[in-house]
Amino acid sequence: MDAVQTASRQRSPGYAGTSLTGLVVRITLLGVVAALAVWAVLPLIGARSWIGVGVVAAATALLFWIYLTPNKRLPLKYLVPGTLLLIAFQIVPVLFTLSTSVTNFGDGHRGSKDEAIVSIQTASITQVPGSPEYDLAIATGGDDTLVFILSDPATGRYWAGDADGLKDLVPADVQKGLSGKITEARGYTILTAAEAAERSQEITDLAVPVDGGGIRANGLSKAFKGTSSRAYDQACDCVRDSVTGEVWTADPETGYFTDAAGQSLPQGWQVAVGLDNYTRVVTDEKIRGPFLSVLWWNFAFAILSVLVTFGLGLLCAIALHKERLRAKFLYRTLIVLPYAMPAFAMLLIWRDMFNQDFGLINTMFGLDVGWFSNPWTARFAVILVQLWLGFPYMFLVATGALQAIPSETLEAAKIDGATGWQAFRRITLPLLLVSLTPLLISSFAFNFNNFNAIQLTTGGGPFAAGNSSVGATDLLITYTYRLAFGGQGAQYGFAAAVSVFIFLIVATVSVIGFRRTRAQEEIYR
Amino acid sequence: MRVKIAGVAVAAALALAVSGCGSSDDKADDGAKGSEPGLVIWADDKRAPVLESFRSQFESELGVTIKIEAVSKDLQANFVTASQGDNAPDVVIGAHDWIGNLVQNGAIDPVQLTDAQKTGFNADALKAVTYNGQVYGAPYAVENLALIRNTELAPEAPSSIEDMVADAEKLKKDGKTEELLSLQVGDNGDAYHAYPLYASAGGYLFGQKDNGDYDPSDLGVGKPGSIAAFEKISELGKKGVLKTSIGSENSIPLFTEGKTAYLVSGPWALTDIKKAGTKYDITPIPGFEGMGKATPFLGVQSFFVASKGKHKTVAQEFVANYVTGEPLATALYNADPRPPALTASFDKVKTTDPDLAKFAEAGAGAPALPAIPEMSAIWDPFGKAESAIVGGADVKDTVEGAATTIGDAIKK
Repeated sequence: MDAVQTASRQRSPGYAGTSLTGLVVRITLLGVVAALAVWAVLPLIGARSWIGVGVVAAATALLFWIYLTPNKRLPLKYLVPGTLLLIAFQIVPVLFTLSTSVTNFGDGHRGSKDEAIVSIQTASITQVPGSPEYDLAIATGGDDTLVFILSDPATGRYWAGDADGLKDLVPADVQKGLSGKITEARGYTILTAAEAAERSQEITDLAVPVDGGGIRANGLSKAFKGTSSRAYDQACDCVRDSVTGEVWTADPETGYFTDAAGQSLPQGWQVAVGLDNYTRVVTDEKIRGPFLSVLWWNFAFAILSVLVTFGLGLLCAIALHKERLRAKFLYRTLIVLPYAMPAFAMLLIWRDMFNQDFGLINTMFGLDVGWFSNPWTARFAVILVQLWLGFPYMFLVATGALQAIPSETLEAAKIDGATGWQAFRRITLPLLLVSLTPLLISSFAFNFNNFNAIQLTTGGGPFAAGNSSVGATDLLITYTYRLAFGGQGAQYGFAAAVSVFIFLIVATVSVIGFRRTRAQEEIYR
Repeated sequence: MRVKIAGVAVAAALALAVSGCGSSDDKADDGAKGSEPGLVIWADDKRAPVLESFRSQFESELGVTIKIEAVSKDLQANFVTASQGDNAPDVVIGAHDWIGNLVQNGAIDPVQLTDAQKTGFNADALKAVTYNGQVYGAPYAVENLALIRNTELAPEAPSSIEDMVADAEKLKKDGKTEELLSLQVGDNGDAYHAYPLYASAGGYLFGQKDNGDYDPSDLGVGKPGSIAAFEKISELGKKGVLKTSIGSENSIPLFTEGKTAYLVSGPWALTDIKKAGTKYDITPIPGFEGMGKATPFLGVQSFFVASKGKHKTVAQEFVANYVTGEPLATALYNADPRPPALTASFDKVKTTDPDLAKFAEAGAGAPALPAIPEMSAIWDPFGKAESAIVGGADVKDTVEGAATTIGDAIKK
């Protein structure tokens, strides 16, 4: 702090106001920034992503300018990193989600059309029936061109094959090692496995043209004569099968090659689908129907989670706030313990404790309750788990806030004749809420999307018979997770559209919440 | 000053974040210049150490350096994502039912096996890795469910489910066991473990085309046969043979603790059973009396060649010409005892491990787990229908509801 004051007092150019350690640290960190920028830029240059290069360069230059020039721009030193972080961690993901939500990005639609075509063609390469299986050695010819040295063990013949075709080799020019591998061929240089590995792409691309197909490498030691039966035809924007004569025409709407009967090839590509994903959320009866019932439980879950944890946490905090209490530290440690355990594992353990026949809870109390098979007991159970997991946090923050309340205020209240309850209701609680409401709101927002709490315990269940898409304890997030990923593979585009809806709901609730807090703060000020 | 340092540190973190975004955008082939050529293999955390122990042997025989990376969670999803970016591995080891999804995402290439190599494999395993007429992986281990029974409690293998239930009920009455059968269902069901019973009672998931491929347009769930099959499953639920309270987390412990005499599980259960010292025998899962065989699904662990790997030729060499050899298959078995898919290797190890032959017998005639992408639409609704029915729900409504959900998902 004093260093900052000194620095701002001495507005001399250069670093007169900064200590040597400060300077060294600053230069080191800026060096790290520069190194990271270079590290980030190299692949971007490789990808010819000039916009990316520009963004990195501009951000780096900005940081250098701010931190290396004299202290005139002091506020910027705090503002700029914060803003950049906000952009990187908040705005970019939101924009990315938005841009994904207008595509059909998902399983079967991940790559570009070109990638789909390559994949279709590669998948259709088959060995020509009855053709020989060749032994292969990868070699290079005179001008470093790739050559396949082939031998047919059945006939004992040898060839050299390149992009132009096959050439017979005299058996005497070829030598084989003990294992039968071709080790030498006159006029060619045999590559080692490591050398061949470096030219992997070239080897994959080479098909030595022969009658009825091409000889392709199958690994480094075998080759086969294969044909690619499916090929893309630019003229009709379709894929044609040369064996069966089938034709699949590209459909830019769905991102699939589809035949006349409506059957598609499995390999599709990513296309823009406009607002289709949003319309699906709003119009699909299976999604719209249960949406409201899921939404009310989602609110109930989030609000109850906050209320019960806050209630118990506050109670414990008040109980332990007594000055004269002995072994306070021990109690506090015990209360905080659940908070210190990994929630992930605890959720699974709680799930097992609720098991109807073998769970601890039924065994201990001699019950036979199917906790997760009735909607209300399941809801009760997940709230109970939330309570156990969440109250230590509330206890911690409430303890902190209680200690910040000046004891004079409460003493004054006592002198004025207030009862303990009145003092709590009129003084302690309002003062607590001023500082804790933002935490309660963020806890609400967190629990609103508390995927693990549901997925790892009930999995959204119990489900009504015949309806496996929505369960009684489903939150919007678990429900949409099932919609987007539980059906046929991952549908990221659709999932992104649903996320936008959830984001809007949470954002609205939070904005209202914070508005009210501000109003409250003004009252108590 | 401290504040300023914090600011720069934040800026450094930011630059890191920016560069992180930058490199993931990077789609160009940087050719891995300067990095040594080699082969990158991805496997789950159980198999990676096994392969790691063979690494130096692979390296000297293949003549390239090899890097084996363990991906402990969501290997398939991670592999598909990596294939989109620039960091795909060259070889991936996974279950054959990933093939449909990996192919539609252009993540794997067919493996060209010679006829001689093909005949070396268990025919069912080879069929499992064949998709749209192409072989997409080199199988190395086959696994399926079987009935494992405690021979001290139940010396005789049951001939039918009814037979087994009668024996189990007697054991329970005598106070020797607490549960009739341990077959995992769980609150949300388990389609994989339910399938043998479903198949025995006449249900099927997908019809088959003439060439043996599964036909997604012929959905068996919701057909009269499936409703009849779930009626039988419902009866087992009412008798307490199947219970939603038995799930993946407690099905094997129930058996090893002697609380039940019968367990339906796969080779992975043997480690725990042997550790517990339970005397056991492995027999085929019995079918319902007078009905079909209770065939489990066959799962085939395979090596896949990645489409987007940087060293595809080496990967092909490794998968097509190296993994298919008997020495490696046997060595993999020794490190992780699962029935080898290579017949020569299977024959060699079955003399020392009688369990293998028993599991193979239990899996005789078992259909391969469907690899078509549409299969992913089945798991969740089918499982939940099973769980609801075991819990006593109306069979027809539940199955028809599940059929609608599955049908809608497939149409999408």
